[in-house]
Amino acid sequence: MHPFRKGIRQGIPIALGYLSVSFSFGILAIQSGLTVLEAVLVSITNLTSAGQVAGVQLIGVSAALPELILAEFIINIRYALMSLALSQKADRSFTLPHRLLASYGVTDEIFAVSSIQKEPLKPSYMYGLTVIAALGWTAGTWLGASAGTLLPQQITNALGIALYGMFLAIILPPARKSRGILAAVLIAAAISVLIKFCFRSMSGGFAMILAAVAAAAICAVVFPVDTQKEAES
Amino acid sequence: MSKMIIPILVMALTTYFIRMIPFVFVRKKIENRFIQSFLYYIPYSVLSAMTIPSIFYATGDLASAIVGTIIAIVLAYRNCPLIVVALAASAAAYATMLVTPLLI
Repeated sequence: MHPFRKGIRQGIPIALGYLSVSFSFGILAIQSGLTVLEAVLVSITNLTSAGQVAGVQLIGVSAALPELILAEFIINIRYALMSLALSQKADRSFTLPHRLLASYGVTDEIFAVSSIQKEPLKPSYMYGLTVIAALGWTAGTWLGASAGTLLPQQITNALGIALYGMFLAIILPPARKSRGILAAVLIAAAISVLIKFCFRSMSGGFAMILAAVAAAAICAVVFPVDTQKEAES
Repeated sequence: MSKMIIPILVMALTTYFIRMIPFVFVRKKIENRFIQSFLYYIPYSVLSAMTIPSIFYATGDLASAIVGTIIAIVLAYRNCPLIVVALAASAAAYATMLVTPLLI
């Protein structure tokens, strides 16, 4: 199968997951005082969930630009780690223009799907994932912004859990097979809960980075990955 | 539009640079075993920390979130496709919201 088509196919569940999440983002954007067009513009230019939610809330209260930049930086710095990991998996055809273009599509879900591929990543595969995911994200935003308030509150609320369900479906199957991955998942969850209840003032984005980095570092020491063996298996 | 366009673009550029800089400038293969292992575990620890405990607040009430989470874990454990797990979790949460008032 052509890598672009493979990307599209693997991106369909991401796009469907995004539809429901961006739908609630669309509602929130309207409540924060944005127009439908502005809400769609935020989604197509940012392609990120937590960063956009924080962003429109700050825009809603007319926050200063430096505060907006700082908030986006802290919430989205995890993408730097993901880009770093993906850069290691990029194949030789990833020239500078491709890297500049594909960077736009580094989201949690696209990263999760592409980083567990066995073979090196091709630009067209990344574009397939990105195009379909961005389409779902933007369409959901538009729907939520223009029609969200018409839906019963309970349905909108229930859709809020869809994206997290998808995250569990990504991490649990490999965690069953690898003790190291299972440990990474459990340690990250434990630290995240600890921060949530013991250091309430810490921002959600920063708490997430701290928990993820600590868990990955612990597992890298306790369960170092034998890349030679990984490549053969 | 004119008042909002600047903050929207500032958000977009900040997010883009965070993604672009490591992808464009760190192109050498990393040989260090610790860093390799660290990058191997990062996706799983990131997704786990993003999900827990946030999943319990995702539906606005704890009971429906817990039921949705249990369904998601059971189906994910059985290797169900991503979209099935995602929608089943939402459906279970919605069903719980409908049933809860009847039980109390």
